[in-house]
Amino acid sequence: MRLLRRYLPPLLLLAALIGAWELYVDLGGVDSLILPSPHQVASALYDQRSLLWSSFLITGREVVLGILVAAVAGLVLAVAIHFSQAFRRAAYPLVIASQAVPVVLIAPVLAFWLGFGIAPKLIVVALVSFFSIVVTTLAGLESVDPDLLKLMRTFDAPRRRTFWHVELPAALPGVFTGAKIAVAVSVIGAVFAEWNGSNSGLGYLIVVSLPQLQPAVSMAAVVIMSVFAIVLFGLLALAERRILPWAHESRGARPT
Amino acid sequence: MPAKGAMTITLETPGQESHPVGQAGGVTVESVTRTFRSRRGEVRALRGMSLRAEPHQVVAVVGPSGCGKSTLLELICGLQQPDSGSVRSAPAALMPQRDLLLPWLGAADNAALALRARGVSREQARQRVAPWLKRFGLDEFEKTRPAQLSGGMRQRVSFLRTLMAGKPVLALDEPFASLDAITRQEMQGWLAHVLEEEPRTVVLVTHDVEEAVVLADRVIVMSPRPGSAVAEIAVDLTRPRRPTDLAVVELRERALKALGVER
Repeated sequence: MRLLRRYLPPLLLLAALIGAWELYVDLGGVDSLILPSPHQVASALYDQRSLLWSSFLITGREVVLGILVAAVAGLVLAVAIHFSQAFRRAAYPLVIASQAVPVVLIAPVLAFWLGFGIAPKLIVVALVSFFSIVVTTLAGLESVDPDLLKLMRTFDAPRRRTFWHVELPAALPGVFTGAKIAVAVSVIGAVFAEWNGSNSGLGYLIVVSLPQLQPAVSMAAVVIMSVFAIVLFGLLALAERRILPWAHESRGARPT
Repeated sequence: MPAKGAMTITLETPGQESHPVGQAGGVTVESVTRTFRSRRGEVRALRGMSLRAEPHQVVAVVGPSGCGKSTLLELICGLQQPDSGSVRSAPAALMPQRDLLLPWLGAADNAALALRARGVSREQARQRVAPWLKRFGLDEFEKTRPAQLSGGMRQRVSFLRTLMAGKPVLALDEPFASLDAITRQEMQGWLAHVLEEEPRTVVLVTHDVEEAVVLADRVIVMSPRPGSAVAEIAVDLTRPRRPTDLAVVELRERALKALGVER
């Protein structure tokens, strides 16, 4: 019963949206070569399952590794910005500016430059994901109570130990928050990266299936990416609970 | 380091000058002035504030909110410098107002923070903290994170953390202000007991006059901002003291009168 009450509303909404879409296409609201109907997408998902799966493995790997690169780069950058006022002034504007660079422009440049391998994809995914990680990690670093820093000074702690024992652990939840925010945009980044300069992956599949008049296949790829974004978000939340269980502890239920 | 053998009970009475102040753990604050400048103007936190704590003496500082009590503690800890006047103190460790325990560490690792800050390995730090956790009744909670500890326990861990810094002077900033009345009284009795076994020079800032009289050898009453000492009350009473003891009540009334609270 509880399970039903929890999952019924999202399923109902989803069913209603898909139903409306199906009806609209079936009643001739739009040519199914432009917008395929849900049942066409569903049969494409089934018929092309091995191609979709192998494409997904490639894109999924790009996204996961790209977010990992972004997490490491974001953490390092946030720490550097936190420590040096000069670096903050120098780098923060560039970090913000980097988010205004259109991915559709940078992706082909990187493909020409670095070839058809995974490197240009990782760079694109990391580029679109690292910003939110920098911002949330920096917020974590700055959330440390100034009185705690004073306490560490009366304990004669050198700066690096205060960082290691107090500031860095406090910043880790920010890395996860930033990565969760970046999930959706990182999937889009991977698709754009495959758009130019690749011969595999879901993005590539979309590009080649459109001119072949197989819009249902490209729509199936979109469905897989959307589900993947949800799953990845959930996995990140799960990982955070496992790695940083204290971050979501409420101050309830304690002995006296 | 708080050595394990340091269980001697000093029989020093207030006012007795057996150790040179500032050497063996005393604190001297002499006519200190401290002004903070901000864009909106100047705030004079302290003006001509003086205070003296002999080694192993507990000195309580009471005063209205914003009278510069916390500034005083930071001066003693060397976190700030006075604009004029002088502060001489043996090395002091701070116990902040809120417990500020690290939410990702268990009680043992939180208590060991001062040791880790000095580069002691995690294993060694845990070993050194273990007997203290037992003495403080926290041995079953060494791995328990602060979110699962009661307010009184968190305060005990916080005190232990400051004690483990091994400094002769403890600067306690309203240590029990966040606790409910019953727990606060328990913790006051507990702290008095601990200090009897582990004498330290203590400067205790509080706005609870009763707490000051129960715990301290001397109570300094401060004026509103800019703060300075307006009265000094010697508490020559045996321990343990209860808030309901007649002598405690009398001294509390004297302190309240000095604060300007008439009843």
